[in-house]
Amino acid sequence: MTEQVDPAPGVARPERRARPAAVSLAGAPALRLIPKTDVPQSAKDFKSDQEVRWCPGCGDYAILAAVQGFMPQLGLKRENIVFISGIGCAARFPYYMNTYGMHSIHGRAPAIATGLASTRPDLSVWVVTGDGDALSIGGNHLIHALRRNVNLKILLFNNRIYGLTKGQYSPTSEVGKLTKSTPFGSLDTPFNPVSVALGAEASFVARTIDSDRQHLTSVLQAAATHPGTSLVEIYQNCNIFNDNAFEPLKDSTSKDEATIRLEHGKPIRFGIGGHRGVIRDAAGHLKVVDVDQVGQDALLVHDAHDEDPSTAFALSRLSHPETLDNTPIGVFRDVRRPSYESAMSAQIDTAIARRGLGDLQGLLAGKDTWIVR
Amino acid sequence: MTRQTAAKPVQTLTDVVIRFAGDSGDGMQLTGDRFTVETAAFGNSLSTLPDFPAEIRAPAGTLPGVSAFQLHFADHSVVTPGDSPTVLVAMNPAALKANIGDLPRGGIVIVDTDEFTKRNLAKVGYPVSPVEDGSLAEYQVHAVQISSMTIEAVSKIGLSRKDAERSKNMFALGLLSWLYHRPLEGTRQFLETKFAGKREILRANLVALEAGWSFGETTEGFAVHYEVKPAALPAGRYRTIRGNQALAYGLVAASERSGLPLFLGSYPITPASDILHELSALKNFGVRTFQAEDEIAGVAAALGASYGGSLGVTTTSGPGIALKAETIGLAVALELPLVVVDVQRGGPSTGLPTKTEQADLLQVMFGRNGEAPVPVIAARSASDCFDIALEAVRIATTYRTPVFLLSDGYLANGSEPWLIPSVESLPDLRVSFATQTNHSLDDAAGGSDFWPYLRDPQTLARPWAIPGTPGLEHRIGGIEKKDGSGVISYDPANHDHMVRTRAGKVAGIDVPPLEVDDPNGDADVLVLGWGSSFGPITGAVRNLRAEGVRVAQAHLRHLNPMPANTEEVLRAYRRVVLPEMNLGQLALLIRGLFLVDVIGVNQVRGLPFRVAELMTAVRSVIDGTEQRTVIGTAGRYGTFVTRGTNGLPSIEVGGDSDEPFASDLPAAGRPGGDGPPDDAGSPSTTGTSSPNGAHR
Ligand code: SF4
Repeated sequence: MTEQVDPAPGVARPERRARPAAVSLAGAPALRLIPKTDVPQSAKDFKSDQEVRWCPGCGDYAILAAVQGFMPQLGLKRENIVFISGIGCAARFPYYMNTYGMHSIHGRAPAIATGLASTRPDLSVWVVTGDGDALSIGGNHLIHALRRNVNLKILLFNNRIYGLTKGQYSPTSEVGKLTKSTPFGSLDTPFNPVSVALGAEASFVARTIDSDRQHLTSVLQAAATHPGTSLVEIYQNCNIFNDNAFEPLKDSTSKDEATIRLEHGKPIRFGIGGHRGVIRDAAGHLKVVDVDQVGQDALLVHDAHDEDPSTAFALSRLSHPETLDNTPIGVFRDVRRPSYESAMSAQIDTAIARRGLGDLQGLLAGKDTWIVR
Repeated sequence: MTRQTAAKPVQTLTDVVIRFAGDSGDGMQLTGDRFTVETAAFGNSLSTLPDFPAEIRAPAGTLPGVSAFQLHFADHSVVTPGDSPTVLVAMNPAALKANIGDLPRGGIVIVDTDEFTKRNLAKVGYPVSPVEDGSLAEYQVHAVQISSMTIEAVSKIGLSRKDAERSKNMFALGLLSWLYHRPLEGTRQFLETKFAGKREILRANLVALEAGWSFGETTEGFAVHYEVKPAALPAGRYRTIRGNQALAYGLVAASERSGLPLFLGSYPITPASDILHELSALKNFGVRTFQAEDEIAGVAAALGASYGGSLGVTTTSGPGIALKAETIGLAVALELPLVVVDVQRGGPSTGLPTKTEQADLLQVMFGRNGEAPVPVIAARSASDCFDIALEAVRIATTYRTPVFLLSDGYLANGSEPWLIPSVESLPDLRVSFATQTNHSLDDAAGGSDFWPYLRDPQTLARPWAIPGTPGLEHRIGGIEKKDGSGVISYDPANHDHMVRTRAGKVAGIDVPPLEVDDPNGDADVLVLGWGSSFGPITGAVRNLRAEGVRVAQAHLRHLNPMPANTEEVLRAYRRVVLPEMNLGQLALLIRGLFLVDVIGVNQVRGLPFRVAELMTAVRSVIDGTEQRTVIGTAGRYGTFVTRGTNGLPSIEVGGDSDEPFASDLPAAGRPGGDGPPDDAGSPSTTGTSSPNGAHR
């Protein structure tokens, strides 16, 4: 049925690469079905001819640069990469990527991308969204994409404010936030996006920061090579309406003390010289302690592959919603389960194997027929 | 047939309408379905109307729990499920009470008297059994102990009493099959498949079926039985088909004929869910079905699939359309193919989920922000749902646009015989994706790039360049784009141009001319219809002609754009009557587009029009005695309602003149002698609606 489709979705064979990039993720099993390029790529290849129009100083610039810089590592054909966004400042992202792209409507990008990814396993589909887009108007689509494990890479730019509509509080804004729409302070308890994703059965959840290019790139690498949905929360500074929202995690005098860098298989230690750490106390709660007092062996070893999400969830709760003290970044969870479109394709293959390729004439006739002469 | 039933006299009928009615747990839909298949196999023409409650299991024995199935079959071509039954099968007092009013005097009533217990009678407010107190004297009543005879017949199988009694619908089917000479073989085979692996249940059903037949044959209660000769239908292989099934098959056929893999994004909703069910079972056709988290995700995923080169389809009913509106607007802006199926039901809000209505026309025409034109087509019969699905795909893929396909609850669940088409005879819907750059850069090197909005000069369609195509990487979105290059543009002139271009693209869709059925060419009144009212209108026109009345008929399949000759057709008649199951939505469009003063016939009872009602309405228009009320979408509010003669609240808008806005009317149609009636009359459920009495 697909002979008209050129190139036929999902059947393109990976090609041998001529010159591998410095870091190459092209061999990752998750990218198996996506055609590889044999032309060396650079960040420049991923820049479109469109003038970037975010406010000067916006954190989005750094994220765009990091993503464009990271793309060549995938070694994928540029035409097999798609960026889909909803509405918000971040949603302009696809216009700046020299790939296929769609700037859709508010909150719906995960749903649109689900339709694309589940019909085209030969594509690398990225969703760019914000805290309002993903967690307010599009909350339903986000959680369902996560539980289905559609092969999507969701980049959630969290600036804890509505930028495009000029400064109303968002679903991640701290309680009491003073904005145009909350002159007496906001009343709503904020979402913690990582907690939400973990509660929504996500198979990959990570957090990173716009200004830390190296960390951001490492998280993108892990997300891109995960089969299924990857949710990456990126703390992004909106210097116009919510400047310095993540300053404690960026300022050189405070960031090492405030940030917990999660690394799979390593004891969770942070602070200057690694003097602080995370333990599970007698009551089963996670607790931040002085390593000197408990000893290195008492520290919790981060296991991103733990099937049980409860420790990852507990880690996501460590950060203080206002001061951002004890904020973990890195990969919280990375577990394997079949992606939605692979399961969907498998059902189709099984049906064809069992019943043969559909016979339309037979279907139209059905079982009960009669002849009029 | 294996039995000889010659013992009793046989009477030949031309036309029978049976209504099976029982508790929603009594299996009346299944009984009706089986009788339909038997009847179809026998060669009669037929049409059915299942009528079931919205509650899955309303309290047993109550009026809200009554489920009915009406079947009309005849020795000639049948176009409606029948205005009223000639035979009523009532499995309990509630079924009798809910349906007896529809049975004309002299009609046959078959009741299961075992269910007429004190308790069941009391549930529906019968102090004594109507079977015994003579209140059914004007009908031919057959009091049959269906339940107890079923239990007795299957007693040897060793089922519990409750399970045994479950087969009573098969007893009723057996009895009716005897009464009307229907073959049983198909039902036997059906039961064997349905209850494969449940030996006792299968045997009980088979035994009950036989017992019902034998009872008819031997009891003295039934002195005669009937036959309805096969109808003369065009030669070929037939099957029965329901609208939703036909629609699902049409989509699969369109997928095969277009070479595009089918993707359905849908959220369960009555009465559209069966399309999702049908397609979900057809995975070996490469069909991908996606039960979304909500209506919005259903259409959004379909649009995403279309973007990737699939045939993206979403199916829903009116409430779902409301939720999908913004995404359909996005599809208008993106100019991607998308099929949106609206199986209409009674509204507003939840309305009447299991009942039919045609009141979403204006919603699909206009229910989006901005100027967002979308083609609209409507199926006219259950089997037409197949053809119209192919037509929807033709328009969507040729013009790169979302398309609304309107069906309704009546078509969705109703069934009729269908001459099975050969696959080769179906339209060729092949499409080609863009593979080449299309715009010269005018540089020294002779370079070129890809402009996503560079249009086909004929269709105004933009290229469909799917991800994965090298060299055509581009970005699209809901923000206004510059025609041609597709870059974001806030330029006023460009926006004006784009709005007109999108409108022009839809207005320019190639649509076949409106055909008029006017056998002698001498009618001066035209009955115009759209959608599922085709059957009742055809029935009414046919009957009127049989009475010698001259009347023409035309049916709109394409509602946006309408056929180019529509105005010409309408103006060729002195008067135009337009029956719709709404308050005049197409009438509003016709008036607005063509300044033709169509006379609406409107009813919103959740059921199809009755042929007799339409005949009366058309007759009154022919002789100029119709009563026109102002309550209708097409009404000009204010002029007559304020008189308060019809007991409805008055709304005053736009002046206090009693005269219609004469300047709005074509010169020839200015009010003359037959001006507005003094008394608009009380609105009846079926009434002609129009505020002014001006006729052309
Ligand atoms: S409003 Fe804030 S988030 Fe939006 S572009 Fe400006 S700085 Fe960035």
